[in-house]
Amino acid sequence: MQEYNFAYLDEQTKRMIRRAILKGLAIPGYQVPFASREMPMPYGWGTGGVQVSAAVLTPDDTMKVIDQGADDTTNAVSIRKFFERTAGVATTTVTGEATVIQTRHRIPEESLKEGQILVYQVPIPEPMRFLEPRETETRKMHALEEYGLMHVKLYEDISRHGHIATAYAYPVKVEGRYVMDPSPIPKFDNPKLEMAAIQLFGAGREQRIYALPPHTRAVSLDFEDHPFEASKADHPCGLCGAEDSYLDEVIVDDEGGRLFVCSDTDYCTHRQEAAR
Amino acid sequence: MTPLLSVRALTKRYGPHIGCADVSFDLWPGEVMGIVGESGSGKSTLLNCMAGHLVCDSGQVIFDTRADGPTDTLTMSEPARRMLSRTDWAFVHQHARDGLHMGVSAGGNVGERLMAVGARNYGDIRDTAIDWLGRVEISETRIDDRPTTFSGGMQQRLQIARNLVTGPRLVFMDEPTGGLDVSVQARLLDLLRGLVRDMGLSAIIVTHDLAVVRLLADRLMVMKDGHVVEAGLTDQVLDDPQHAYTQLLVSSVLQV
Repeated sequence: MQEYNFAYLDEQTKRMIRRAILKGLAIPGYQVPFASREMPMPYGWGTGGVQVSAAVLTPDDTMKVIDQGADDTTNAVSIRKFFERTAGVATTTVTGEATVIQTRHRIPEESLKEGQILVYQVPIPEPMRFLEPRETETRKMHALEEYGLMHVKLYEDISRHGHIATAYAYPVKVEGRYVMDPSPIPKFDNPKLEMAAIQLFGAGREQRIYALPPHTRAVSLDFEDHPFEASKADHPCGLCGAEDSYLDEVIVDDEGGRLFVCSDTDYCTHRQEAAR
Repeated sequence: MTPLLSVRALTKRYGPHIGCADVSFDLWPGEVMGIVGESGSGKSTLLNCMAGHLVCDSGQVIFDTRADGPTDTLTMSEPARRMLSRTDWAFVHQHARDGLHMGVSAGGNVGERLMAVGARNYGDIRDTAIDWLGRVEISETRIDDRPTTFSGGMQQRLQIARNLVTGPRLVFMDEPTGGLDVSVQARLLDLLRGLVRDMGLSAIIVTHDLAVVRLLADRLMVMKDGHVVEAGLTDQVLDDPQHAYTQLLVSSVLQV
């Protein structure tokens, strides 16, 4: 098994990415530019996350990959296979056993521990992109801490919908300094951003890496009279009965029948096994 | 009394060409200064240099800040200057599209400056926005509409509301009535005159329309080829022009 260097990327590239990661950890929430490589998958499929995972993996690691909380969807399966083949690392679907977890759009329900690394796939790292399209300007706004525009977005939500309708990629302020896009995780997951594990965010197409060190304060933006609320579907899980987990809505027939199930498949399976 | 703004020997060159050269003047609190001249005479360059949108080559722009008294804004740090430009300064663009977020509702546009200086109460922001829309004669029912659905005159009024909401002391205006038809111009001028008097604003208005300065400005500067050729009280300059170019300018106005 020597067709590839360990974890696909060459050592110089991994070194470059690790530097960006270290810089990101030193300045929580700051978007560090890095020389993103072409990966054997299309942009938008997690090229940023894969590069970050490749840079932090060691042969002793156990890897878990989830896509919207599930271990068995296309994106998760193919990235897991990719690292099985190119790095030969052990893989698992059990959240507690993994040392590196690459995720797309979810934080696992089970709280992560010290020593674990959570790697996010990020499509658009710039939280102000849709309000200010110029990169030169958004960088200046970050540098000078001019974040009034972020609240304009929330204002627009309230004026149009009566409440803050942003349900995913909900912006947070990190350690009172940088405003950060937590990648498109549901806002239900926002409170979990303050955790014991290291969180790394990789955006391949946009060539940015940013990070949250363990126990970093990440406050969701809001208004005094419209405070932040972590919302989820108002149902218990249809399979395991959990009332505290984030739910997917599944259409089960063509007569309007629907089922709410945990989006975190590992969490749901464990609860079902324990109940049996 | 200290002048609100003192400009000293401001010079901006575009390579070998002069943008504006050696411009000096004082603007006193509550005063409205007009800058007139033909296209290409350096009016807008001068305005953009003063407002910090363009980097000028030499000179000083000394603003009487609330905190530290007279300070040269060209040498002050960028965060401080940008803070100034969204609190004590306002800039009204000729094209409302340049000064508005076209994808954001009217209320959001007015509220942006408030949120930029730290307002975090939705109800208060909205009340202030409604109040300001009323002052510029935009119906409260349009607060959630985007400026793309507004007429040119309404967009310009919205831009003015958005700029004045933080209670600035100095307003830069670049052809505020350009591109509007005469009846809309008249209403806008009326509105501006009222706001300037009520709020005790100082303003610098760049225009090529002599009627605008006649109505709004206390004092006048006439520019040609980047130089100020004549300055004085508005009525004095317009009724008794001394410089040959000013005479030409005044006599070129069409009489209806």
